[in-house]
Amino acid sequence: MRRFFLIAVPYIWLLALFLVPFLIVLKISLSDTALAIPPYTPQLDFGAGWDGIRNFFAALDFENFTFLTEDALYWKAYLSSLKIAAVSTFFTLLVGYPIAYAMANARIEWRPTLMMLIILPFWTSFLIRVYSWMGILSQEGYLNQFLMSLGLISEPLIILNTNWAVYIGIVYTYLPFMILPIYAALEKLDGALIEAAEDLGCSRLSAFWLVTFPLSKGGVIAGCFLVFIPALGEFVIPSLLGGSDTLMIGKVLWEEFFSNRDWPVASAVAVVLLLLLIVPIILFQRNEQKAREADQ
Amino acid sequence: MAQNVFAPWDDPTETPLIQFKGVTKRFGDFVAIDNLTQDIYAREFFALLGPSGCGKTTMMRMLAGFEAPSEGQILIAGTDMAHVPPNLRAVNMMFQSYALFPHLSVWDNIAFGLKRERHTKDAVSARVEEMLKLTRLEKFAKRKPHQISGGQRQRVALARSLAKAPKLLLLDEPLGALDKKLRQDTQFELMDIQEKTGTTFVIVTHDQEEAMTVASRVAVMDEGRIMQVSTPAQIYEAPNSVYVADFIGDVNIIEGTASPSVNGYEVRWAEGHAPLVAKASQVLREGQRISLAIRPEKVSISAEKPENSVNAIEGKIIDIAYLGNLSTYHVEVAGGIMVKAQTANTRRLSRRELTWEDKVWLNWTDTAAVVLEQ
Amino acid sequence: MKRMSWFNTVSITLGFVFLYLPMVILVVYSFNASKLVTVWAGFSTKWYVELMGNEAFLDAAWVTVKVAVLSSTLATVLGTMAAYVLVRAGRFHGRTLFSGMIYAPLVMPEVITGLSLLLLFIGIGLDRGIFTIILAHTTFAMCYVSVVVSSRLVSFDRALEEAALDLGCTQFQAFRLVTLPIIAPAVISGWLLAFTLSLDDLVIASFTAGPSATTLPIKIFSAVRLGVSPEINALSTIMIGIVTVGVISASLISKRASLRQQAEEQAAVRT
Repeated sequence: MRRFFLIAVPYIWLLALFLVPFLIVLKISLSDTALAIPPYTPQLDFGAGWDGIRNFFAALDFENFTFLTEDALYWKAYLSSLKIAAVSTFFTLLVGYPIAYAMANARIEWRPTLMMLIILPFWTSFLIRVYSWMGILSQEGYLNQFLMSLGLISEPLIILNTNWAVYIGIVYTYLPFMILPIYAALEKLDGALIEAAEDLGCSRLSAFWLVTFPLSKGGVIAGCFLVFIPALGEFVIPSLLGGSDTLMIGKVLWEEFFSNRDWPVASAVAVVLLLLLIVPIILFQRNEQKAREADQ
Repeated sequence: MAQNVFAPWDDPTETPLIQFKGVTKRFGDFVAIDNLTQDIYAREFFALLGPSGCGKTTMMRMLAGFEAPSEGQILIAGTDMAHVPPNLRAVNMMFQSYALFPHLSVWDNIAFGLKRERHTKDAVSARVEEMLKLTRLEKFAKRKPHQISGGQRQRVALARSLAKAPKLLLLDEPLGALDKKLRQDTQFELMDIQEKTGTTFVIVTHDQEEAMTVASRVAVMDEGRIMQVSTPAQIYEAPNSVYVADFIGDVNIIEGTASPSVNGYEVRWAEGHAPLVAKASQVLREGQRISLAIRPEKVSISAEKPENSVNAIEGKIIDIAYLGNLSTYHVEVAGGIMVKAQTANTRRLSRRELTWEDKVWLNWTDTAAVVLEQ
Repeated sequence: MKRMSWFNTVSITLGFVFLYLPMVILVVYSFNASKLVTVWAGFSTKWYVELMGNEAFLDAAWVTVKVAVLSSTLATVLGTMAAYVLVRAGRFHGRTLFSGMIYAPLVMPEVITGLSLLLLFIGIGLDRGIFTIILAHTTFAMCYVSVVVSSRLVSFDRALEEAALDLGCTQFQAFRLVTLPIIAPAVISGWLLAFTLSLDDLVIASFTAGPSATTLPIKIFSAVRLGVSPEINALSTIMIGIVTVGVISASLISKRASLRQQAEEQAAVRT
């Protein structure tokens, strides 16, 4: 009885507040827009009995999804989300790997402090961290002031409200997600392997490419997914740092819902976004599974 | 006959392959190697033996190029190695952990060093096949390191380090991770491979039995110094210090004062007891404090006082350790000194002559004890 | 240690400059006297004074704290239960669905979580306000809590619970007297995580908050959409300060606890 209670409480909570809402999204994505409250049809009418239910299902269709394929905006938004997520994941790797490498090679008594300093930004507001770049990247911002005072540029660079600002924002906010798994992989690495490679004729650089990097691949893949997956559905960064031409699907969904009040289309956008995410999520889980097996 | 014995260290015309010249290595304040000078000759199987922290691993890592001496010079084949990085030395190392690359197959692990040199593909694979054959690993070429047993991993590590045909192979506790039975078999295999390839081996170990079995010469180390370098037999039979005698095998140490006599030296060791008689290779002063080192197997034990024995002392059996092939008696003699005597159990133990609390006599010849100056 | 050490020093230094410089700039310019945020015009605390007089921000802050405390506490209870179920309850019908529902919200984009909850609340006719935000935050935070707690439970020696049962505890007593004290650090960090997630959340709150309740992130977001403002800099500085003090004192407390444990263990070895 007690066990039943223990299972039932969180189970019912999640069913009611996670699964059911998601099914509602799915259902509304198959409905039509209407000028009503709530602004979609059909409504499930239990009062009408079986006929009501039959009519309800008969009225569902894939119209919204067809609409998504017809309107170039959505196509472009999906593709551009994928591109922005992929490019920023690549940059995050480029920035994060050397930091993780240096941390793993730092003196052992320094490592916990370095770890804490990497994690600390996690606890500060995401919104504030994104916001802090607005002042840096704007046309009269600190970066332009700095570069112009050095005489490196004569005209201010336009970074804010471009995709570049979005890349920087994603790299900045998701950097710890990249560093931590790579650091974990590198820290486990047996130093004797590098010595063995050098002993067998490798220079330091070739020992890195032939031994260190392949052995940290698991961490690199995990880090890339941990950045790519949330970046794909990102909303705050493109809306604060991106320009009006920065298309990301999270932003489109938000606008579809709040500005256009087109709930069915917003729901359809959500369903497609989720479909897009399924592939990387499954790949990520495979990678984790493999890492766990390798550990045993 | 003497010419057939491999002993280049006794031949003044031989030039050593490795020369340590006044090498000191410090880590901060800690002196790991203390002004050490030592030659090692080609085709030797040279063992560095000592407890952990004695500097043996540091010596090996300096040969490999992972550490640089703080002072002094290391020469390999006459060349100063000071500025030669590990990847450019004709020296390979077999790591204690084996350090097999987990992402590469056995075949690729062995080929790893060869691929760093500009060999043709065929030459590489011919050499890898040869190494696989030498170490009897042909069947496992495609496996990853975690898919083979500990003993097989050890052989992969050996094959990998030998593949480049180094002038010098360094082995860091090569058998440490194997269980005892496998270790003994592998020791002979190592000696066999060393002989076949003609490579110079320097092995680091804390296991004296292993060092004695495989090595042509053993260097016993302590606190950054080499205490004695000699053949295994010499080290055992003629240790030059209490430390070496005690480190290698089991030994009884009896302290006393020496005085010259007709047959060598008389050693007074206990008030009111007859002095012990010992031969010494060195010249001792009258009244000099010395230690006598006597191996337990050279001490005979009997119930009656033996006749015509130069060294006979009385004692009481405190403990008997029955080891199957041997029995060791722990006998308390004058002054509370414990002396161990070992006898071979060549007969079945149908009747035990000697037992606990028995009064017994211990005796040994005048050449059985080694005289060590303090 | 000596390997590529110049390279390591440079990467660590640049890395931390990149991570911390933007926030340092934010803090410094929050004390700027000028209304123009990017031009330094002398030291001033006037933006803090102005912030303190801004009722809308203070109200939103109060709502945010209430939501965070309530939702993280509820999420900790539910998440710990869920973790216990995942690790200890063995097989039951729908276990796969259950663990799926625990892990899915972790990778679900916030826009989708927010949208779906909003549609639910409208569907069942629930008025949006503090209550709906709490429900929403509890739901996604409990998943984080259960991941944190279950990773601790997995490494927990089950024999301890069995010993408690053997000594006469009921299941619940064994949990309360043995399991809970041992997993307490994980439960506490779960709570802290849930609390921070709730404080931080903009997207889900935007969907689930009604006109009657606005949280601080929603307020900040609508303000910064128009550009950088000195008041927001001041507010950010306060938030950064609270987090920094909180994290540093938490890590000092845990460090002291582990040092004390070490000292006690050494003392125990000596006696």
